[in-house]
Amino acid sequence: MVWRRTKDRIVGNSMLLAVAFANSIVFAMALGLFVKSWPIFLKKSIPHLLLSSSWHPMKGEFGFYPFIVGTVEVTAIAMILAVPVCLLSAIYLSEYAHHRFREFSRVVVDIMAAIPSVIYGLWGVIVVVPFVRALGKALETPTTGYSLLAGGIILAIMVSPIIISVSLEVLRTVPVHARETALALGTTKWEAIKHVVLRSALHGIFSAIVLGFARAFGETIAVLMIVGNVPKVPTSIFDPAYPLPALLANNYGEMMSIPLYSSALLLSALILLFVVSAFNVTAHLTLMRIEKR
Amino acid sequence: MPHISLSNLTISYGNQKVLQNITVDIPNNEITTIIGPSGCGKTTLLKSLNRLVDLYEEIHVQGEVRIDGANIYDPKADVLALRKKVGFLSQKPYPLPMSIRDNITFGPRIHEMNGKNLLCQIQKLEKHIPIDSLCPNGRQKETKLGKNPEMAYLVEYYLRLAGLWDEVRERLDAPATQLSIGQQQRLALARALAVEPEVVLADEPTSALDPISAQLIEKQFKILKNYYTIVVVTHILRQARRIADYVIFFYLGELVEHGPAEQVFSAPRDPRTRAYISGEIS
Amino acid sequence: MKKRKAEETVFKLLMIASITLILCILAGVLTVIVIKGASSLTLAMLIQTPEGGYYLGKGGGIANAIIGSFYLAFGASLLSLLFGLPVAFALQKEYLSPRLAHLTRLSLDILWGIPSIVYGAFGFIIMVYLGLRASLLGGIIALALLMLPITIRSIEEVIRMTPPELKEISYALGTTRIETTLSVVLRQAIPGIMTGVLLAFGRGIGDAASILFTAGYTDYIPRSLFDPVASLPLAIFFQVATPIPEVQQRAYASAFVLLVIVFLVSLISRLLSRRFSRHMVR
Repeated sequence: MVWRRTKDRIVGNSMLLAVAFANSIVFAMALGLFVKSWPIFLKKSIPHLLLSSSWHPMKGEFGFYPFIVGTVEVTAIAMILAVPVCLLSAIYLSEYAHHRFREFSRVVVDIMAAIPSVIYGLWGVIVVVPFVRALGKALETPTTGYSLLAGGIILAIMVSPIIISVSLEVLRTVPVHARETALALGTTKWEAIKHVVLRSALHGIFSAIVLGFARAFGETIAVLMIVGNVPKVPTSIFDPAYPLPALLANNYGEMMSIPLYSSALLLSALILLFVVSAFNVTAHLTLMRIEKR
Repeated sequence: MPHISLSNLTISYGNQKVLQNITVDIPNNEITTIIGPSGCGKTTLLKSLNRLVDLYEEIHVQGEVRIDGANIYDPKADVLALRKKVGFLSQKPYPLPMSIRDNITFGPRIHEMNGKNLLCQIQKLEKHIPIDSLCPNGRQKETKLGKNPEMAYLVEYYLRLAGLWDEVRERLDAPATQLSIGQQQRLALARALAVEPEVVLADEPTSALDPISAQLIEKQFKILKNYYTIVVVTHILRQARRIADYVIFFYLGELVEHGPAEQVFSAPRDPRTRAYISGEIS
Repeated sequence: MKKRKAEETVFKLLMIASITLILCILAGVLTVIVIKGASSLTLAMLIQTPEGGYYLGKGGGIANAIIGSFYLAFGASLLSLLFGLPVAFALQKEYLSPRLAHLTRLSLDILWGIPSIVYGAFGFIIMVYLGLRASLLGGIIALALLMLPITIRSIEEVIRMTPPELKEISYALGTTRIETTLSVVLRQAIPGIMTGVLLAFGRGIGDAASILFTAGYTDYIPRSLFDPVASLPLAIFFQVATPIPEVQQRAYASAFVLLVIVFLVSLISRLLSRRFSRHMVR
């Protein structure tokens, strides 16, 4: 009897230990990255790091501005392309589609989410880059095709599954009663959606978009393969760009050789960690609050 | 005024028949109650009168429902106009996710009803139910007539008609979800009336409410019947006795008996009706 | 009135166009990879390791990458299961207070969203700290961290489906928490656990950014945990980068192999979950 209780206590405590471990990983990551990037904080001021455009690691110059701009711009393009298409798709699936088509689309979206990013990158090289090149030629803007636009397109495709699936779920939780009430007053189906369903689901849809944004912000491999990787602030969507994750991925090899380089790179990892987590936490807290209602 | 008549209405979900061969005329300007045990198709019957049954995926409708002589199930029928003419109150009120004022003005705005025809509508109504009769304490200068005086007057008038004005007039811009469930149901009544229906359908409108709110709704129905045709589904026999002018008794999807209230309650012809009214089956 | 219906038609068209676009894009991605990949695939590629100068067009295959990926994903799945299972169990209310559970879930949500390159960077820091070089072990650690939130979340979802009455019955017989967890919850959850592990496996085997720094790359099959290891995603990545067309063809073939593996894993997990949920008590 006593043994059973002891066993329960021991196992229970080791489970709590595992929980403590899981909870501490985020902090450990933040702390570790912070400690490792500390040297560069000592050498350079934060405004200089964030706003300078001069990136010459050999000479000890680390201006992150082009990379920050590159990340923000490629993510923005992805969101502009993805959000309308995904929202319209989610609304269609939730409100107009036959339930069998809805289930089929759910499977399709799951498959899209499961495809590894390196394969999207490969597809981007085969299809999207030549497409952008042709588009550039048609618009009289010469480009190699490895550009912001190409990166934005492939990112838009990669974040679509998460925006669609979260939006769809949120829309399905709006009670049938809401639609019935609006329709009973003589609205068209679309008016009922516009004025009642979407208004009720607004917070959730916003969270879906934020989650997509966070996903796009941190995506590395696919973007790396098609965005051009030139450390200059892009002047048009046909110019190449160099987002932060790509910077980190491309240069890890040189990390140990040049002083301060590893600090700089790990600083970019730290920035990614914070920005992405901030967005994710906001979105998840909002969704949790909706669930409670 | 519409003449609602059902001929051989049969509704089935997939293979299951929910309504069998219903033929009956609903009298104008009276409160008709549809009574019967739960789960017998009363709600489906009600929802067939404004084609809300269209929302169910596997529904099959045969027969006719004629309102003003026109069959509403004709493929060319205008469903939006139908739903404007026939208002609906559901069992559990759903306040639209907007302010109290916007809940009321939602319908009129959707139907693009503006200043002139709004006033017209209210004037017609006032001939039968003058606004002063709805103000127990006499009417002072109530409405702050702002940018849209017709809408503001509309909001006040219908809230008074639903018996809710005094409780909400200080907070018309507050979200409607803040109201108690009794208030929400009265709001739903005002909202349904604001689109100028001629018929009001109510599906167990008081079963989710406390006794006081229930009494308020019944009182408003008695006032409204002078101008609207009201059809109420209820499983509370006592409520039917209180408010009904005409009674339809429904059992297992079949229309068993119908007639003026005194007749059905005191001298029912069908044994099933007798059993229900005496309380043997419920 | 016409304006209202026209607006609905316009939006319906836009919606249909959007969903069609999504479906076509998926079809496009799969078609291109499958066609280009299957045509460049040879049996030799699958079973041979690269000979010298593989990336410059000389002979060999990608067996090192295929086997390496399996080693990595397998090891990481085990590691993440080892740490993840207790956490998933602990999230039941017998072990953790609701507040702590809520905090833990939030923490896991954050982990779930962290980009895989950050896991790679962190893994790199740990490796340097432990004095490891880029190796199978390093890759396993980074991948296990990446997979941990996925594993925990899927297992926890299944555990949550255990009806509380079932647990109550067990406790009523006088069992301790761990006895109930092992004999009741675990038994119900085993299919879910398998599915969760497979899900994480599928995610891990396709990830490149986390193992970029930590697993290294090699033409050989590792013989110990401390040897560097090749992986399919990195194989694809390096092969695309060369200007030589034969090598690029190999990239397509590797992509095809990776896609097939990921799909098989996903299919198996779907079938398993459907087959076993038939036997679950709900």
